[in-house]
Amino acid sequence: MWGRLSWGAIPFDQPIVMGTCATIGVVLLSLFILITAKRGWPYLWREWITSVDHKRIGVMYMILGLVMLVRGFSDAIMMRTQLALAAGHAQGYLPPEHYDQIFSAHGTIMIFFVAMPFVIGLMNFVLPLQLGVRDVAFPVLNSVSFWLTAAGVLLVNLSLFVGEFARTGWLAYPPLSELAYSPGVGVDYYLWSLQLSGLGTLLSGINLATTILKLRAPGMGYSRMPVFCWTALASNMLIVAAFPVLTATFAMLLLDRYCGFHFFTNDLGGNPMMYVNLIWIWGHPEVYILILPAFGVFSEVVATFSGKPLFGYRSMVLATMVICGLSFMVWLHHFFTMGAGADVNAFFGVMTMIIAVPTGVKVFNWLFTLYAGRVQFTAPIYWTIGFIVTFVIGGMTGVLMAIPPADFVLHNSLFLVAHFHNVAIGGVVFGAMAGYTYWFPKAFGFKLHERLGKAVFWCWFVGFYLAFMPLYALGLMGATRRMQHYPDTHWQPLMLVALAGAVVILLGIGLTAVQLAVSIRQRHANRDRTGDPWNARTLEWSIPSPPPAWNFTHIPSVERIDAYWHMKEEGVARRALAVSFVDLHLPRNTPVGFFVAFFVVILGFALIWRIYWLAAVGLVGAVTVALVQSWRTDREIRVPAEAVAAFERAHAAPVPHDAPGGELNALEAADDRSRVRVASGARS
Amino acid sequence: MEAESRRSWGRNVGIVCGCLLLASCREGVLDPHGPVGQLERVILGDATAIMLAVVIPVIVLTLAFAWWFRAGNKRASYRPEWEYAGRIELIIWAIPALVVLFLGGIAWIGSHDLDPPKPLESAASPLEVEVVSLDWRWLFIYPRQGVATVNYLVVPTGVPVHFRLTSTSVMNSFFIPQLGSQIYTMAGMTTQLNLRADKPGSYSGLSAQFSGPGFSDMRFTLRAESAEGFSTWIAQTRERGGVLDSASFAELVRPTRASGELTYGSVRDDPFETVAAGHLATHWSPKEAL
Amino acid sequence: MSAGEEVLTGVSVVPLSLRGPAPVRVVAGFGFWLFLLSDIIIFAALFAAYAVLSGSTAGGPSAAELFDKRHVFLETLCLLASSVTCGFGTLAVYRSDARALLLWMGMTFLLGVCFLTMEGREFASMVAAGAGPSHSAFLSAFFTLVGTHGLHVSLGLLWLIVMLLQVTTLGFRPMVARRFFCFGLFWHALDIVWIGVFTIVYLGAK
Repeated sequence: MWGRLSWGAIPFDQPIVMGTCATIGVVLLSLFILITAKRGWPYLWREWITSVDHKRIGVMYMILGLVMLVRGFSDAIMMRTQLALAAGHAQGYLPPEHYDQIFSAHGTIMIFFVAMPFVIGLMNFVLPLQLGVRDVAFPVLNSVSFWLTAAGVLLVNLSLFVGEFARTGWLAYPPLSELAYSPGVGVDYYLWSLQLSGLGTLLSGINLATTILKLRAPGMGYSRMPVFCWTALASNMLIVAAFPVLTATFAMLLLDRYCGFHFFTNDLGGNPMMYVNLIWIWGHPEVYILILPAFGVFSEVVATFSGKPLFGYRSMVLATMVICGLSFMVWLHHFFTMGAGADVNAFFGVMTMIIAVPTGVKVFNWLFTLYAGRVQFTAPIYWTIGFIVTFVIGGMTGVLMAIPPADFVLHNSLFLVAHFHNVAIGGVVFGAMAGYTYWFPKAFGFKLHERLGKAVFWCWFVGFYLAFMPLYALGLMGATRRMQHYPDTHWQPLMLVALAGAVVILLGIGLTAVQLAVSIRQRHANRDRTGDPWNARTLEWSIPSPPPAWNFTHIPSVERIDAYWHMKEEGVARRALAVSFVDLHLPRNTPVGFFVAFFVVILGFALIWRIYWLAAVGLVGAVTVALVQSWRTDREIRVPAEAVAAFERAHAAPVPHDAPGGELNALEAADDRSRVRVASGARS
Repeated sequence: MEAESRRSWGRNVGIVCGCLLLASCREGVLDPHGPVGQLERVILGDATAIMLAVVIPVIVLTLAFAWWFRAGNKRASYRPEWEYAGRIELIIWAIPALVVLFLGGIAWIGSHDLDPPKPLESAASPLEVEVVSLDWRWLFIYPRQGVATVNYLVVPTGVPVHFRLTSTSVMNSFFIPQLGSQIYTMAGMTTQLNLRADKPGSYSGLSAQFSGPGFSDMRFTLRAESAEGFSTWIAQTRERGGVLDSASFAELVRPTRASGELTYGSVRDDPFETVAAGHLATHWSPKEAL
Repeated sequence: MSAGEEVLTGVSVVPLSLRGPAPVRVVAGFGFWLFLLSDIIIFAALFAAYAVLSGSTAGGPSAAELFDKRHVFLETLCLLASSVTCGFGTLAVYRSDARALLLWMGMTFLLGVCFLTMEGREFASMVAAGAGPSHSAFLSAFFTLVGTHGLHVSLGLLWLIVMLLQVTTLGFRPMVARRFFCFGLFWHALDIVWIGVFTIVYLGAK
């Protein structure tokens, strides 16, 4: 009746896990009580949970990513502590049965539930605003995508309390991940949470690619699109092309595990090497899916804060699309040591190096954007400069390992671990933080605390080098990855330095939370009254902060690149008290995303524990919800022209920072929530 | 002020990195004792040097440009319309392309010269060793000498060793950092590797592909001895007895962690071939998989 | 009127990329194309797996021994005919002709069911003969590739039923017409995948 589920699945005998569960339970309960006390549920349901507004969905993705960063980073601190202790004969405090789950969860969470949400969240929020349109191509699908990702997050976190997680590493190679060597539910948790959230990601990719290609303001031809839109296009095309391979590969492994098939088993003809190939055919494009939007963020930031257009726009676009195409031709460099032979290894090594060329081109173009600019040292610029310095080192070690004989001695070592954290932290995390800081005022109407932002940067920057430079050295000394302990006691000092680095990064994460709290408290002092706090160049800065639900009262007409900058130069940027307003139609909020995800969680959990009747309930429920939604004919709300006009009047003449009075004061005196509703135009 | 402190930070970080690199010179990959490892170290060094010739100037220029063109610096020129220069674009594409061309050549030649199955050039005929990765130990079989060992192996100095490798269960990777290349071991198939130890000594080896709960204990030692030392060891091993046959091999296959070294004076039933041909099916019970 | 719209007078020479947001019909169709492309990539991965594993029969029956090409020919006829009827059904949607729509889509449904029945019987007979998917890697790959196509056909038939119910209850509104168009694309794409399947799996059987 209950499949493999029993009371024994709850790890009552593991104090660390039970303590974590208790803490999380307390936090969630407190949150629940707080929201109930403030009568916040109707607001949350109406404005956020059922929202199909890309801005809201983008913010929710970022919140999801930040919360999971805490979980993924806790895993990291635990691993660093274990390695700092387990030298020589010492065994540390985490036996392999736990350590192996922790490093698997760390990688899985950081890639799928931190980096992907950050990147997709930024793209979601920014793209329609930069393209000059009202929303993405498929707003309801957007909500479904987000909630499917949240479903995956829930399943992964459930594995902590009920059952176990995979002990295979974040890519779950067979034969280790087959039933013969992983008989527990851990790999099933891994596979189903990624399979279900992967569907959400694929739908997001289709959504955003369609938006960029089919929904742009009039006059915004491809060569007038901001570079962030180009990198987002490349990233989303990669999602559409690569994620199906992940889906198919995981499906094959699931068939092996559930139905006794033999795709990757050791017996009856299975071929584990095929899994390695297929998973990396997805895996390499995946890292470009993550880094390309980060590159786009840096392009926007460096241009804005140098007061100059991005240098070499066409070159940047060409480099981006070359990276996009080439990313499918390098996958074998992840397993040179599997023995494919010299010709094959050499081909993929050379292809990997070729992909470094457009990346190098991008770095030079950013440099020449700084050159002859007027560089303002804001927090986003700190992240950008930190990124350039750090990423070129990571890129160098990557190209180094692209030489097969070099990889023969560095493969799977801590050198490799240092390399990919180098590019992931230096590239993706720094890019996410830069984007977060840069677009925060647009999303919420006030800037983040600047000095705390710089402190966060320094913690991440210093912490990263302390944590990972020792790992480069250790890799050269012969240390391999995923070790739970090691015999060489003289490696221990380096491990301790790495732990110190992780603690410094932890401080940075803590300061991020502090920065947010302080910024919210000081929001009136840091209010963005003009919609353009950075004197920027692209269209999203031409509308108020936060934007109304409909983004642009009048869809702009674009004549050249950096459209807003030229609008400012020609004096047409000021929002004129317009001649006429029309009724606007926006997609209506809907709970379909939330309910589909609810049933998908049931489906996933039931499949993991092999409770097939419950899985049927989940599947039927999800399909029913989708069918009910598909019959709805009232899919739009009408925003009357008077409401649009009232909004425009309230934001028409922006108040200078030091003006004593102004029309906005009356609004500010009112309840913040109702002000948000006026400004954003509730869509329910 | 901020860029100043950033530059000095950059310098400090560079110094720390340099120290770390020097620290790693005394062991592991940067201290090879065989021709394979030596060639690989040369490649590592050359490639790093070539790339640093670009990376270091880029880092310096980044900090320099950001600092000089800071908004407060009135002496710096400001060219807000400057967004394209053909000559600069040409150089921007050319520099990485040239570096990649050079490194690509190293990659092509190096991949062929150091392909693991490629025999090493040597006057001496190679020593044949069969390697089986178990859970979680290493079995070494000397087919011509008819002996076998677990978790250690002895080879004569200066003689190339031709390894044929397989696995009884999951993927592992046979790796002796101070001798050079690693290679995966996989069930039902045979991979090959050629290494040579040019100086006598004890070299530590490990598995470099995560293989389950006993992975961290999958360490072994390679002892390189003189030719006479090796022959003596073979003779002594044969005398000590102990048979590796189907029965004792079945014992070895059972999941065991952190066991010590074992020696077998004779080998029967060709266990390597049994495993390499995929005639052995293993699995772990839930307890063993923990 | 904004500046961009002023260009759209008389004969429009404005390139497509400059005309502003595309209409809903175009956006929906394009998004669905992208989805179909992603689906085809799933099939590509399954084809790749089949190609790699087609020789791994583990001592069991091989492709040539198992497949009945006449049977496959009949299946193919059913599926191709169903594409033709689907095409006529789509034309009926554009004419808002409910009777013709029901007729042609009904035939599409029946032909689809014929296809699935024949495929189901093939699978059942293979399993009964001890050549089920858990008997070798080749068989796993075969059942998964061909079975995934069959699963798509089944889901398509369920979708068709939903669509026919929708047109009955909601009428021929643009939303419904768009969905029929997407269904047509889906159904024809399945045909194309089937051509790949019978070429590589059945005709290529050694």
